[in-house]
Amino acid sequence: MNIVNFTPLSALIGGMTIGFSIFLFFILNGRMTGVSGIASSFLISKKNRIDNLLFLIGLVLGPIFYSFFTKQKIEILITNSLFLLIIAGLLVGLGTRISGGCTSGHGISGMGRFSLRSIIATIIFMIVGILTVFIKNLI
Amino acid sequence: MSKIVSLFCGIIFGIGLVISEMINPEKVLGFLNLFDNWDPSLAFVMIGALIVFSPMYHLLKNKEKPIFTESFTHLNNKEINKNLIIGSSLFGAGWGLVGLCPGPAVASLALFNLSSTVFVIAMFVGFYLIKLLDLSTQAR
Repeated sequence: MNIVNFTPLSALIGGMTIGFSIFLFFILNGRMTGVSGIASSFLISKKNRIDNLLFLIGLVLGPIFYSFFTKQKIEILITNSLFLLIIAGLLVGLGTRISGGCTSGHGISGMGRFSLRSIIATIIFMIVGILTVFIKNLI
Repeated sequence: MSKIVSLFCGIIFGIGLVISEMINPEKVLGFLNLFDNWDPSLAFVMIGALIVFSPMYHLLKNKEKPIFTESFTHLNNKEINKNLIIGSSLFGAGWGLVGLCPGPAVASLALFNLSSTVFVIAMFVGFYLIKLLDLSTQAR
């Protein structure tokens, strides 16, 4: 194992920003943030539909505002294999709803509440994610 | 007011994803690449989020009601069952294949990138299939 591209400070500050958003959503609106939950509820349930839509719109506006105010272009690198994207998107959509949470829902909101289910879920998706990358590197 | 809060929380969350670079699948895959060239940054994203949210949550969780809505939506599901294990495993596999999870996937639509858009559509198809098959687990 070599440590590469390590950016602890921006990671920590970005993480604290996310934690602050989750805290505000909890204390102001009484809800726990989990993006898979918010996105799937928007799709399939009438309850809080407008709130959920507005959260998702905000999620898209965040990067746009960031670029606008800092004048920095956001660069990402993502596969362009449609096959991989479709399989991965389906797995993420199915998996997060079968287990009831994703990186934000289990990993932060749930772990922050010391929920044992969420701690177990987070450990499992981390391990499987690491194994998936490991196997992908072999192929 | 709760509507404005929802929008605002989404914006703050999205900005956090950019600052932390979690919006970049390459960064996420670097974190999951534990056995090769490992980028530990994303552990710090989680630590940062938890040190802000967790103490505040435990300090305020016994409040009678939230500020702008009538009641807290409490999540009391404590069941550790096969759905939790299977679902988390499927999610982990999808996450490791491309490096996107739901938050960064939606946020990266801001970049008008075809790959993110395809991923998000497939993810929503996944959500819908769960409803069709009635497999949903209620939150956390």
